[in-house]
Amino acid sequence: MKQLMLGNTAIARGLYEAGVGVASSYPGTPSTEVTEEIAKYDEVYSEWAPNEKVAMEVAFGASLAGKRSFCGMKHVGLNVAADPLFTISYIGVNAGMVILVADDPGMHSSQNEQDSRHYAKASKVPMLEPSDSAECLEFAKLAYDISEEFDTPVFIKTCTRIAHSQSIVETGERVERPVKPYVKDIPKNVMMPGNARKKHPIVEKRMADLEAYAEKSPINRVEMGGTKLGIITSSTSYQYVKEVYGEEASILKLGMVWPLPTKMIKDFASKVEKVIVIEELDPFIEEFCNKIGVEVSGKELLPLIDEFSQNLIAKAMGKEPAEGISIDENIPVRPPVMCAGCPHRGLFYTLSKNKCTVLGDIGCYTLGAVAPLNAMEVNACMGASISSIHGFNKALGEESEGKTVAVIGDSTFMHSGMTGLANVAYNQSNSTIVIVDNSITGMTGHQQNPLTGLNIKGDPAGHIDLEALCKAMGFNRVRVVDPYDLAETDKVLKEELAAKEPSVIISRRPCALLKYVKHNPPIKCNPDKCKSCKSCMRLGCPAISMKNNKAHIDETLCVGCNVCKQLCAFDALEGNE
Amino acid sequence: MTKNIMIVGVGGQGSLLASKLLGRLLMNQGNDVKVSEVHGMSQRGGSVVTYVRYGEKVYSPIIDKGQADFIISFEKLEAARWLTYLKKGGKIIVNTQEIDPMPVIIGAAEYPTDLVNKMKNAGADVDAIDALSLANEAGSSKAVNIVLMGRLSKYFDASEEAWMEALEACVPPKFLELNKKAFMLGRNA
Repeated sequence: MKQLMLGNTAIARGLYEAGVGVASSYPGTPSTEVTEEIAKYDEVYSEWAPNEKVAMEVAFGASLAGKRSFCGMKHVGLNVAADPLFTISYIGVNAGMVILVADDPGMHSSQNEQDSRHYAKASKVPMLEPSDSAECLEFAKLAYDISEEFDTPVFIKTCTRIAHSQSIVETGERVERPVKPYVKDIPKNVMMPGNARKKHPIVEKRMADLEAYAEKSPINRVEMGGTKLGIITSSTSYQYVKEVYGEEASILKLGMVWPLPTKMIKDFASKVEKVIVIEELDPFIEEFCNKIGVEVSGKELLPLIDEFSQNLIAKAMGKEPAEGISIDENIPVRPPVMCAGCPHRGLFYTLSKNKCTVLGDIGCYTLGAVAPLNAMEVNACMGASISSIHGFNKALGEESEGKTVAVIGDSTFMHSGMTGLANVAYNQSNSTIVIVDNSITGMTGHQQNPLTGLNIKGDPAGHIDLEALCKAMGFNRVRVVDPYDLAETDKVLKEELAAKEPSVIISRRPCALLKYVKHNPPIKCNPDKCKSCKSCMRLGCPAISMKNNKAHIDETLCVGCNVCKQLCAFDALEGNE
Repeated sequence: MTKNIMIVGVGGQGSLLASKLLGRLLMNQGNDVKVSEVHGMSQRGGSVVTYVRYGEKVYSPIIDKGQADFIISFEKLEAARWLTYLKKGGKIIVNTQEIDPMPVIIGAAEYPTDLVNKMKNAGADVDAIDALSLANEAGSSKAVNIVLMGRLSKYFDASEEAWMEALEACVPPKFLELNKKAFMLGRNA
């Protein structure tokens, strides 16, 4: 059946048709929908794991046990899963194992722009790179065949424009796979030095075999269009190249970006006058061409930074793209903001008011860094807030302990915060850690996690008691506050900063966008009472603006959280008495 | 020849449903179609853009500057921001609703005035419409997206039945009547 399908949905469909039995992932834009879509198929066991390392090890275990398995993650998630990756590569698989990694050139929703192809090379794992939804489906199925034929996990690598673009696919039927019996095989599966030394040459032989496969695989193909110009490309760059050149250049379109086909590249180069490699981010294919002695152009023409587009490639190739219409006007930027009624707002307002130094983490609450709250000063990776506040306080002692706070979300805490918290408890820094518990993984679009008590399908699951967990680690001071209550939040924050031992504050209130959260009627501003003091404006709530020099509440946005009311000294903000 | 439609607005205004509807209609008409969306962080009240491309064979999933045959803007400031993507001779449909961005809310910038006329003076073919009022008339302020799709349908070679068929495929049954009403209000405005 023909359908218009998101790249991520098409990958899920391909995995399903190939008979995937177990899928475990951690959400991360732009990879999340693959696992959400798999969860809709009842034939497949699927789950959200606490982090990507766990997810990859779950998929490894399922593959060993004899079922085709899958784990998916964004590019930075692969950093977390890198430890199992490099050694699973040595062990190989029983039933096929597919790893999705989704890069984010242009950083639409990420903290860096790393190029995951380097992981394929470094870990010696083959990588397929689809260029539209139809290939997403096809490559997902092919990946399992390669995995089982060559005894290796296989990467599928996407980017935002593949993951989050819809194009037409033809779906097929699922093929059920019998469970491949697990066989005890210590030399293959136990990677202690003696066994691993024997495995490494096998892995190198596998890469040579895979390169031979890449030479003849139809997913690497030449589209001849004259001999003047040859372009080597893959993924979304292939689509931009086709948009610019149509049939007017010869193209080597790579569906497998590791290992690369040496002979095919040399043959292609010999048929054209000059060769240009067009690839986003790092010169990965270009450097390979240089290594095998094929003269190519690449990054001297095209940027290392940001995603490409058809106009960008046209300009780099000396063509003149169409001009648009523009007006001479200073258009204010519209960055993302915390939603109206976001429970994080009350907390960050309080942190800002107390002039705290805030070491932050990854999630919606990273938006606490933007004006007018400006209440987050550091943000690096999942879990870093807790580990780094410990280092910060160990370095400065009392100078920082009374005013420095780590802020981490519930899902991020389960992902990578617990080990940092163990370090605070063990090595005893006088640190104050705020866990913002909005009862969901928010930024990626509402996924369940071990603190929500529900599984990926929304059914009841195990529920970890956050307070008990912190206490079990040795924290005597574990406080819970409602961030909608500014006075209470302020009081508890001051007490815990003043305390002479480490403490955890759980700032708990469900995300205002959750369907089960009931909203109050919107607040109204009484213009006769409003003194235009703009106290309410310090919250940075998108529902509040100044109209005719009086506070104005947008009633289509306001959810009646009442936080602004608590800041009005003139009782001008009315409603929800 | 590939045709290009951009849907721009503020995260949370329902552009994903609009592009779903449009993609469905265009595929039903036998076109090759690509739709590129924004998920994740940018959705949180930020400026969002969706690209819809169709024709015999579509390659790139995105639309570049000077290429859009239509821009449908769910908000006035966003129309001005993305205008440079409009092809010369293209049409921009603008919901006249104003949503203040954070720099305006905190007083660091002002919401520009007279944008519709400025766009017209720059040579753009502007169709301005108060879609929020029409959405409220249909029964929900959230139906702005479908009102604007109704407006777009005026300029489109597709029957009312074809649009309704696509709408039925994309909207949950309990919201269908409301959305049909919103669509017709936009189409006939």
